[in-house]
Amino acid sequence: MGSPVGRHGDKEMTGAKEGAVQRLVTPGEAIGASSGARAGTGTLKQGDNIISTKLGYAKENNGVLFVEPIYSAYLPRSGDLVVGVIESVRNNLWFAEVNGPFNGLLPMSLAPWKVEFGAAREHMDIGDVMLARVQEVDEAHNIVLTMKGVGLRKLKEGSVLELPVNLIKTIRENNEEILNILKEISDCRIIVGDNGRIWVDGDPANITTVRDGIDLIKSMGHESNVLSSIQNYANERRNN
Amino acid sequence: MGGYGDVQLLRDDGLRLDGRKLDEMREVQIEAGVLPAADGSAWVKHGLNVAVCAVYGPMEAHPRKIQRQDRAVIDLRYNMAPFSTSDRIRPGFNRRSREISKVTAEALESVVLVERYPRSKIRVEIEILSAEAGTRCVGITAASVALADAGIPMRDMIVGVASGKVEDTVVLDLDKAEDNYGQADLPMGILPTTEEIAFLQMDGDLSVEEFNLCMEYNMKAAKEIHEIQMDALRRRYESKNGGA
Repeated sequence: MGSPVGRHGDKEMTGAKEGAVQRLVTPGEAIGASSGARAGTGTLKQGDNIISTKLGYAKENNGVLFVEPIYSAYLPRSGDLVVGVIESVRNNLWFAEVNGPFNGLLPMSLAPWKVEFGAAREHMDIGDVMLARVQEVDEAHNIVLTMKGVGLRKLKEGSVLELPVNLIKTIRENNEEILNILKEISDCRIIVGDNGRIWVDGDPANITTVRDGIDLIKSMGHESNVLSSIQNYANERRNN
Repeated sequence: MGGYGDVQLLRDDGLRLDGRKLDEMREVQIEAGVLPAADGSAWVKHGLNVAVCAVYGPMEAHPRKIQRQDRAVIDLRYNMAPFSTSDRIRPGFNRRSREISKVTAEALESVVLVERYPRSKIRVEIEILSAEAGTRCVGITAASVALADAGIPMRDMIVGVASGKVEDTVVLDLDKAEDNYGQADLPMGILPTTEEIAFLQMDGDLSVEEFNLCMEYNMKAAKEIHEIQMDALRRRYESKNGGA
């Protein structure tokens, strides 16, 4: 088993050897014995084995076996920062589309404004984009959003870019290394939502710079040299 | 012994009409991620059968009445294209496609970890572009790859494969003549790593011995197809990224 594929996130792995080949696993494939290791995300205990439930790279960290999926839908968790689009408005609450299976509910009490009953539409209308945090997710996947918090607001300018949810981690790792490079070369304000949406604000030409960078990450995916490609891209921009 | 006694389906040298051995499958080719707009997709060619499957979701289940509070539902549509056979298939659902949609969805529900996504639905669309025999099995094989490609958690892959009986002989993977003029057909949905059976139908009569031999053939074939499924998924990501 094991295939010569790109490496990703090596620095987080404990005991990872330089040049170690990562294992791309498919659902149902055994990735280790269930004795001695715990089953993390994307895995399941089945008899003596821990099996993968997703298509992705099998990894191990502190005795926990997990699978980093190659493609996954966004599943909200409480505390996530999300970029949402208002989809419907009621008298005293908003429903926002957050790139997940269900709409998030933003009650008037968690909005940053003092809203009169029935005046919700005056603050945010259908199609408006906002930055919110996931307050709670219950077992039936009802999502409650909050806009009370530092920096949470309606986004009135800028543009929203999309990146597959599983690649959000890539641009954040090593102290937001890739994100900082993009910020530096573009001179844009960038906010990365956990739901695979990235808000960028700045000069239109500079937004394009970020967009091209994000597209590069999209096309590189899980390859090990994402960082160096971004660095090359940044150098090109700096020289122009 | 039933069937059409005067149709010769086995050659005098013991091979089948198309030259296959009794326990030999038709050629199987699989590609993952063929539809760029879908969350996950797959293309399967199995003999002269061609199926394309697209997976969307998980998403909010609509209409509301199909929602389940404790798990996701699989909204599956199996459809044969009008041009898939020499007799034009009238577009839209018919009795047969409704049945196959139902049994395939039930087979997939036992593999997908549906309890992870309450109130949601996972939309699976199987389109048969070219049909020879055994399209429901090809549909299951395709759906499995498309679900994995869409990042939907599953206990295992699932493989659709059939065996049957022609001229009182058990054969693997019936082709059109064998399906039409044979004596029995036993399609199965098999979880290849655990060897569980998630789907089984039987058309015609088999003795216990014949049934067991069919099982044995199916298990063996399921493992071969499983390798091809895994290879298709790996090939997709060795060269490309994870984006939809």
